[in-house]
Amino acid sequence: MPLSLNLDIARVHLLSRKKQTIIAMLGVTFGIAMFVLMISFMKGVNQFLQDLTMATTPDIHIYNKLKTDYSSSLAQQYFADQHNPWVVVRHPRPKQVNLNLKNASGIVNDLHRFEEVVSVSPLLSALVIFNYGPVQWAANVDGVDITAEDRMFDLKEKMLTGKPEDLMGINNGIIMGYKLAADLNLNTGDLVTLTAQSGTQLRCRLVGLFKFGIATMDEYRAYVSLASMQQLLGKHPDYITDIRVKLRDLKDAARMAPVFAKRYGYTADDWETVNAAIKAGNIIRDTLTYVVSFTLLVVAGFGIYNIMNMVITNKLKDIAILKAQGFSGGDIMQIFLSQSLIIGIAGGLLGLLLGYLLSYALSRVPFPDDGYVSIKYFPVLFESQYYIFGMCFGVLTTFMAGMLPAMKASKIDPVAILRAS
Amino acid sequence: MLEAVKLNKYFHQPQEFHVLDNVSLTVQKGEFISIMGKSGCGKSTLLYLLSTLDTDYEGSIVINGTNVTGLDEKELASFRNWHIGFVFQFHYLLPEFTVLQNVMLPAIKLGVYDRVTIEQHAMEKLQQMEMEAWATKTAGKLSGGQQQRVAIARALINTPDIILADEPTGNLDSANTAVILGIFEQMVRQGNTVIVVTHDDDFARNSDRIIRMVDGRIIAP
Repeated sequence: MPLSLNLDIARVHLLSRKKQTIIAMLGVTFGIAMFVLMISFMKGVNQFLQDLTMATTPDIHIYNKLKTDYSSSLAQQYFADQHNPWVVVRHPRPKQVNLNLKNASGIVNDLHRFEEVVSVSPLLSALVIFNYGPVQWAANVDGVDITAEDRMFDLKEKMLTGKPEDLMGINNGIIMGYKLAADLNLNTGDLVTLTAQSGTQLRCRLVGLFKFGIATMDEYRAYVSLASMQQLLGKHPDYITDIRVKLRDLKDAARMAPVFAKRYGYTADDWETVNAAIKAGNIIRDTLTYVVSFTLLVVAGFGIYNIMNMVITNKLKDIAILKAQGFSGGDIMQIFLSQSLIIGIAGGLLGLLLGYLLSYALSRVPFPDDGYVSIKYFPVLFESQYYIFGMCFGVLTTFMAGMLPAMKASKIDPVAILRAS
Repeated sequence: MLEAVKLNKYFHQPQEFHVLDNVSLTVQKGEFISIMGKSGCGKSTLLYLLSTLDTDYEGSIVINGTNVTGLDEKELASFRNWHIGFVFQFHYLLPEFTVLQNVMLPAIKLGVYDRVTIEQHAMEKLQQMEMEAWATKTAGKLSGGQQQRVAIARALINTPDIILADEPTGNLDSANTAVILGIFEQMVRQGNTVIVVTHDDDFARNSDRIIRMVDGRIIAP
């Protein structure tokens, strides 16, 4: 009963100065709307950049890392058994080694047994020269199992012409980025000659073009079948240098990578390690969002603080009379704190609505097309947790802003007010 | 009904000042008491002590069997709500609320009756003050005499044990003063205990007892 009475009084007070109330509310509204807009947009950007990266980065990458092996150094062999064997070998180089993964098909089969693993794509990659008249054009050519690669990076979605499966339907087919094809003046169906470092050549037929929206992919990447690549490099049919793994949940990558590394005895990198810059970017954008939103809400909080202070100065007599009639300091505090909270909650709800509308509007704004980045609209994420967080944030701010004036009001000495007049 | 023993109070600002000097006072139930004296003699201070609003004093006050000296802020607030009715020099209604709401407020705070009953009681009190026609008006729009009558209705709403008034006619013309005096006499006839601080001799003459104060002391009981 007393609480509802105090709320009634708070309501009458608020309604008796509508303009002030609305202005105080708008402060909170804009603060929260901007918070919602900024966090939705920034998280959208984070997601977009991550998607872009994940379009070309496997969750886990297993490969044979080139290590300089000192144990087999010539110097070691000759001087190892002597006492105090100070032997300085400057810049030892590895001897001729194969960087392939031994028993690659066994590893692939074994990986499929993990239930976290969605797909596994073996890879044999090399820098290859394309001859275009007198000009030589270098690009990375990946020898892949195209169906596995499609499952891994969703190639189908990125094909401009042709299908990934076309690579299998023909002996020595090639799929390349549309920019690379344009540079080499090739159309689908044309023949192109690939030259390996060793000088071996292979003639391939262009069966499809892809567009990732990433210049390094579209201009410097092509796919051939594993067999074609092994043939070009003169390697045996089980020669594979990399295995890429896609997991059910991205977050498992950091946990699973060391497991794979230990199990197979090769290096395994998770995507977060490879793309540390992305993570740093995410943190910076998140921080920026919170700092700006916090500033906005603090400004709104000061607005409320000011208005409530003014209200209490104007209402000294009312406070004295209420106290004389049996309202305690706690009641007075409730009356004025609830005014701040009503402003905070109403302003906050309005802010969420405005924030949603602004976010929606932004998500419909076409992104300037520069021909490289494949994005149609500004990236915006709609997630309820941002709205819940924004609301809590807003209510907390108004609570703190209203607390000081309300405490001041509760401590007012009625005798001093009643005597003064 | 009310017993105050050896009240002493000091003002520390702007300089040390002994406002009340060993004031003792006993009030019987149904008494109508006027406290008179020059301004600065401590009569208002005494009233605020008796009202429990001012707790910074030495001595003890017992109202209706309750020793209010030493109760905490919350208990005192509740005590005022239950037992004490106030009338001030400046009528002090809450200006945003209607006349009826102003009268109802202390009763709603008390929480004994539901709102419908409280509204009935409030209307009865307003009729007694001949203010029922103004019930739905916003309090801020009434004249001084009208506001004071509403304030008296509000003071009576919880049927207090004791009614304290600080110069209730100090701010009113003679016609309104007469009306208010009539109301106070009526209140006393109904068995209320009333203590009034006043400058008005007419007012004092109608009371059962006049307490005169000089320099913080009671000189004539």
